[in-house]
Amino acid sequence: MGSTLIEKIFAHNIGADSVKAGDIITVNVDRVMIHDIFIPFVKDKFEEMGFQKIWDPDRTVLIYDHLVPASQLDDPRHHHIGDEFCDKYGVRNVHRSDGICHQLMTEAGYVKPGDVAFGTDSHTVTYGCVGAFSTGIGYTEMASILGTGKLWVRVPETIRVNIKGTLPEGVTSKDVILTIIGDLRADGATYKSLEFTGSTVDAMSVASRMTMSNMTVECGAKCGLFSPDEKTAQYCGLTELDDFLKTLHGDDDAVYARVLNYRAEDFVPVMACPSQVDKIKPVSQVIAEASAMEEGSIVPSVGLIEDGTVRVDQVFIGSCTNGRLEDLEAAAAVLRGRQIAPFVKLIVTPASRKIYREALANGTLDILAGAGAMITTPGCGLCCGRTGGILTDNEVVVATNNRNFLGRMGTSKVNIYLASPVTAARCALAGKIVEG
Amino acid sequence: MGKVFRFNKDVDTDQIIASQYLLFPTVEEMKVHTFESLDADFASKVKPGDFVVADSNFGCGSSREQAPAVLKALGVRAVLAPSFARIFYRNAINIGLPAIVCEGLYEAVKTGDEISLDLEKGTVALGDKVFPCTKLPLHLQKILDQGGLIPSLDEMA
Repeated sequence: MGSTLIEKIFAHNIGADSVKAGDIITVNVDRVMIHDIFIPFVKDKFEEMGFQKIWDPDRTVLIYDHLVPASQLDDPRHHHIGDEFCDKYGVRNVHRSDGICHQLMTEAGYVKPGDVAFGTDSHTVTYGCVGAFSTGIGYTEMASILGTGKLWVRVPETIRVNIKGTLPEGVTSKDVILTIIGDLRADGATYKSLEFTGSTVDAMSVASRMTMSNMTVECGAKCGLFSPDEKTAQYCGLTELDDFLKTLHGDDDAVYARVLNYRAEDFVPVMACPSQVDKIKPVSQVIAEASAMEEGSIVPSVGLIEDGTVRVDQVFIGSCTNGRLEDLEAAAAVLRGRQIAPFVKLIVTPASRKIYREALANGTLDILAGAGAMITTPGCGLCCGRTGGILTDNEVVVATNNRNFLGRMGTSKVNIYLASPVTAARCALAGKIVEG
Repeated sequence: MGKVFRFNKDVDTDQIIASQYLLFPTVEEMKVHTFESLDADFASKVKPGDFVVADSNFGCGSSREQAPAVLKALGVRAVLAPSFARIFYRNAINIGLPAIVCEGLYEAVKTGDEISLDLEKGTVALGDKVFPCTKLPLHLQKILDQGGLIPSLDEMA
């Protein structure tokens, strides 16, 4: 009997011939990531546990991204504690303003295909885009890994998602993963591994795959994996995939909890509507429903109904979900030579300094700024509701990030719609929710 | 016996404790904001020994360990739901807050009902009605009994 992709990664990690879903194993951790919000808590727990040294400082990465640049009086305390922690325990992999942790972990080469990684953030699942196992944990467990280099995990069952064909124009991997989350629901993959296969994902860039892996936690998944291929090798700076990495695909005769099959041609632009990430509707349906509501009224969990659709106050393009060069270029292609609606605040936040500079060099940022965008420093920015762009009651934001939870970007009456960079840019241009 | 505070499905960690409070230096300072967007008075109403009962997928969203920590700090005896998000579940056990999988309870109770939990037997009682709940695997029960991962590590040492 064959193995799933996650079973192969875990078997290799512990040096076993095979492991099966349901087994409880202790893995050897290849890399850990801690970010600025939780470093004070990790430090406290690490010292409370009585550890004197980190098992392997070079496998430890500390990234400041949620609180950069600091926006609250207490934020710098986290950075001071982080710096002291690194000095004391010899951690040299520290990024203080280079970008979002989940972008940097693969971009800066910390996580490679086949690795086992943990982070103090739920979107640590992102590194599945290169065929690595990675998932989020709390600060107490992170402290125990720092001391031991190990963690127990239950080998998850796998849901295989097979997508074949060519995506329609204007439909991105964001629309694909939102649609899948809508089908699985917010708890549909809890404790499970998602394994993406098929000609559609084979044709995707690593950046597009990253968007999908990033959001798998929104349906409860423990990880969201792609098989490494030549594009992965190039992105990760490997000259070629070695014999082990070439085996990293799910076998057809492996045991799958479920198999979902999609035709790429069936996908359409969609949105996650306020305030559940699995409340997925085609953009055309959002508009159709709004057009049946009373013009000029403010509808809870929808927004202000204007011109037969929903008025948009702000648009956010960025985050570890959709802040990469191809995302900024997709938005720029919509906005080139045009002006956003005068009342819309368009905030663009590249996911890393590298992306920022690439977008600067190739003119993408100039197009966006020319259209009326505010370009911000790389980081988590508005996604976690801590820096510029907080909204108030009944306002509507169309955003490319991964969560539209109640109160995430301001008050609990803010209406957050999640969408692709293409849809977000179109909405910024029109000042309302539009499809094309 | 403890009072029930009942919540719906997919309660996310932002709803349990919102991002803006995570930077407070201690859980004690955060706990008054627990469930603020769902029930602004929760923290003042809940008493030690009370229960949180919810529908499926409790604790979805971020990895913040402060979510189970504020509940524990307020004295919540246990959280009972048909299912939990995985990071919340691990965090809860690690800090010594029982997260108990229980089918049918959510549909049967309302906020204010009194229930009692027998962790050893794996049952919840609501008046005459008894609901079975999933017993924790032995090693997780041991972590809980010792008050969380850190005390259990001390015990092992």
